[in-house]
Amino acid sequence: MNRRDFLKNTARVIGGITLPLTAFKIINPKELLASTGDKTKVRWVFLVDTYKCVGCGMCVRACKLENGIPYDAKVTRTWVERYVITKDGKTHADSPMGARDGFTTSKIDLGIDGYENINNADIDKGFFVPKLCNQCENPPCVQVCPVGATFQVPDGVVLVDRTWCIGCGYCIMACPYGVRFFHPVYHTAEKCTFCYHRITKGMKTACVDACPFGARQIGNIKDPNDPVTKIIMTERIGILKEEYGTKPQVYYLGLDREVK
Amino acid sequence: MMVHGEIWTAKELFVYPNEYIYWSIQIVMYPFMTGLVAGAFVLSSLYHVFGIKQLKEMARFALVFSFALLFVAPLPIVLHLQHPFRGINVFMTPHFTSAIAAFGIVFFTYGAIVASELWFLYRKHFVEVALPLKEKQDKTIGEWLKFFIFCTLTLGVYDISEETLKRDHKAIKVLAGIGIPVACFLHGYAGFIFGSVKANALWMTPLMPVIFIMSAIVSGIALCMLTYIITMEIRKFLASRKMTPTQRFQSKEDLKGVEVSVVRMTAKYLLFFMVFAISLELLDLIFRGYTAVKSWDVLRSVIYGRDFTDIFILQYTIGNLIPLILFLIPGLTIRRTVVGVILVLFGVFMMRWNVVIGGQAFSLTFAGYMHYHMPIIPHDWETFKEGLFGAVSVFILPFVLFWMIAKVFPVFDLKESH
Repeated sequence: MNRRDFLKNTARVIGGITLPLTAFKIINPKELLASTGDKTKVRWVFLVDTYKCVGCGMCVRACKLENGIPYDAKVTRTWVERYVITKDGKTHADSPMGARDGFTTSKIDLGIDGYENINNADIDKGFFVPKLCNQCENPPCVQVCPVGATFQVPDGVVLVDRTWCIGCGYCIMACPYGVRFFHPVYHTAEKCTFCYHRITKGMKTACVDACPFGARQIGNIKDPNDPVTKIIMTERIGILKEEYGTKPQVYYLGLDREVK
Repeated sequence: MMVHGEIWTAKELFVYPNEYIYWSIQIVMYPFMTGLVAGAFVLSSLYHVFGIKQLKEMARFALVFSFALLFVAPLPIVLHLQHPFRGINVFMTPHFTSAIAAFGIVFFTYGAIVASELWFLYRKHFVEVALPLKEKQDKTIGEWLKFFIFCTLTLGVYDISEETLKRDHKAIKVLAGIGIPVACFLHGYAGFIFGSVKANALWMTPLMPVIFIMSAIVSGIALCMLTYIITMEIRKFLASRKMTPTQRFQSKEDLKGVEVSVVRMTAKYLLFFMVFAISLELLDLIFRGYTAVKSWDVLRSVIYGRDFTDIFILQYTIGNLIPLILFLIPGLTIRRTVVGVILVLFGVFMMRWNVVIGGQAFSLTFAGYMHYHMPIIPHDWETFKEGLFGAVSVFILPFVLFWMIAKVFPVFDLKESH
């Protein structure tokens, strides 16, 4: 092969590779959708008012019953955390059984280390923080699923296909919020879906309906008249673990810096 | 009702309710086994590509062993899956933003390269076995079977003239050359699976794939040396009892001379890659301590506290420092090598353990810990496959496979080879 042939062939190969790739780019469905305008009118978001939460655990119970998560299994789609910050600057936190039964004792659950008694006089502040899937705008769980069994629907909710999940656990590892687990019956990845079967029929999520104090609310951030949207737009709100770049869509009122 | 992971996880302090050690012993075995595959291949390529003559004896051996290991490499992942029969979905609907999805492509590419390299290497042998059997009248059933296997393996090519063999040799060189980056990729990507998990403070580092490749080569070379020594010892034993089927090495002393020189040569490469691997691991550790980001407090308590024995005693001292000294003392003997390579293998295993289990030793809250208690005595399918017995089965299987494959691809005493 002389130099002329080499250059000719190189040009041909590069051209041959580039053309199909360009064509592939043209028909990229996401870009196509973006160029024709965003058709979706809904983006589900969640609002948690931590000032209103008393840690009763009604939401956890309602969720377990609604979504068929075995009641006594030590996993849950949503849970409530208790934070107690003492005068010595220490943070004590727990969530026994995900607060399914509320917080029945003032002692802090330390797992295998037993329970820690805290003197009321030593407490600076204490509060409860409900947790659930953040339905991230940039969900790492969807990114790492090797078979595409977990996916994000156009209105923002991340779902799992129980018939296709292979149970590798990569999504569980990838979630910085620890919301995922293996379903004890189906043995597939499981997570909070914002009660997708309910919200798509105009109902509220089970936890929102169960909360006696209105600490939990669900809304559509694309609707400017939605009360949740109004609060998110006008109040000072926080999100969890911003540093992971996941763009979580569960917003918190009164989020403390000690919240893990 | 038990949840997956609950049985071997003990939680301490504040851990999210859904957190368990989901990736257990089989995920420790997975990078360990793929590492052995990649390492064995790189060792064989040192001879085929770079023409390091002293490794000739080892090269063929390592390639066949790498092939045996290759079949076992995906097994730990499959055993770890909650739905093992759905594992095929990875090939059916690969989701390419996931590191695991590339597994099928990388694995099969690599398998094809090793298989074709083996074919070129053993083509002459197949023909030499198949042809006499073809001519032989009234074959026994065993001979029929042998004839059928070897006839198929020749793929219909019976030309073993000087010229074609030369071309074979060239093909092997090219395949071995392509194989090195692919083998590194096969394993580097296993490191990427961990290194790219941004949620895990211990795993997330761009150094992870490189660390994995280096320790993979170390473990691969060590295992090849160990298996080589064991097979040589068996042959020496047979030779001393005059049972040798070979004509090439006649006496026990001859065998011993070859063994020592091959082992010493390979040990040099082992040392080289070991120093590289340890340097990278220490760099990672120092960098974490120096930059001390948010996660460092909990990482420090795990690395210097809870996992101190696993990391600094078992991995760095017993698995790295002691073998390093053993290999560096002049006049390397076979016995010292055996101790050294077993410790090296143990050290690499502990490194995988400390990455996989250590990475789950702390909670995502950075305020709690999880302890792993590996199931020893199985009482159901799950505690078998994700327990000691499952791990040991995965480790033993390549040796069984090697024994079987070596019947078709004899690793010693080919009269003429590349």
